[in-house]
Amino acid sequence: MSIGLDSYLVVAGLVFVIGFFGVLLRRNTLIVLMGLELMLNGCNIALVAFSRYHATPANPMMEGNLFVFFIITVAAAEVAVGLAIIVQLFRLRQTVMLNELQLLKD
Amino acid sequence: MSDILFYAFAAITVFSAFMVVCSRNPVNAALFMIAAFVGAAALFALLEAFFLAAVQVLVYAGAVIVLFLFIIMLLDVERTRALRPGLVSLAASAAALGLLVVGVLWLFAWEGAGPLVDARGSDAPAALARNFGYELFTRYLLPVQVTGFLLLVAMIGVIHISKRPARDTAAEPKGEEANP
Repeated sequence: MSIGLDSYLVVAGLVFVIGFFGVLLRRNTLIVLMGLELMLNGCNIALVAFSRYHATPANPMMEGNLFVFFIITVAAAEVAVGLAIIVQLFRLRQTVMLNELQLLKD
Repeated sequence: MSDILFYAFAAITVFSAFMVVCSRNPVNAALFMIAAFVGAAALFALLEAFFLAAVQVLVYAGAVIVLFLFIIMLLDVERTRALRPGLVSLAASAAALGLLVVGVLWLFAWEGAGPLVDARGSDAPAALARNFGYELFTRYLLPVQVTGFLLLVAMIGVIHISKRPARDTAAEPKGEEANP
């Protein structure tokens, strides 16, 4: 294993940034939710990489891995609630595009 | 060998993530997201966190993507016109891009994060699912309970949200029938 920690951090950062711009620039609510998931995934890669590269026999550094475990659990709950809200939104307004959801604007 | 695998899986992950954001069709985006999550799971396996790789494939590539696909098919959103982003979005994106460039330069060019030490022991503690179980049920027992309660709350919330509103207008059709 000659791949350094910085390589993993670059991958994690790229995934996070791609998800971030997806959240900012896309108008479809489903794609925005997918961008959120990508951001969480990038954070997970960074956490696992850090806790692997800093693990010693004296200090096993399981905290990062367990944090990733909790993040995955909470993200699953978040997706379920978000998609239920999107379904209700679609029933109410017949659209999931963010630029058409401006009920409070007027 | 490990290097080639890392570059291959990193390329798969990043390219699929990019295609998720760029796809016009939400179904394509969801399918690319499977590839992105499996690539991330492979990166976890390269980092010797095999339990997390399995959980990632099961929860993300399994449950979450199935939910996404189900909702996409249910809603049947077909038309996505090309939309120019608004001024606020563009300004926020430009500001975020500038901050990112500065942050990356600070992190890698000026060693702002300090040297990235490599203090690995020979064996990875995260390779054993036993270590996860031990930590989860000793030091992290309270977070496990809280997370379980969160899942319960989310389940009840989803059931309540996705319930069709009670038709209190059930009397109206009768009234309409009685009117003529």
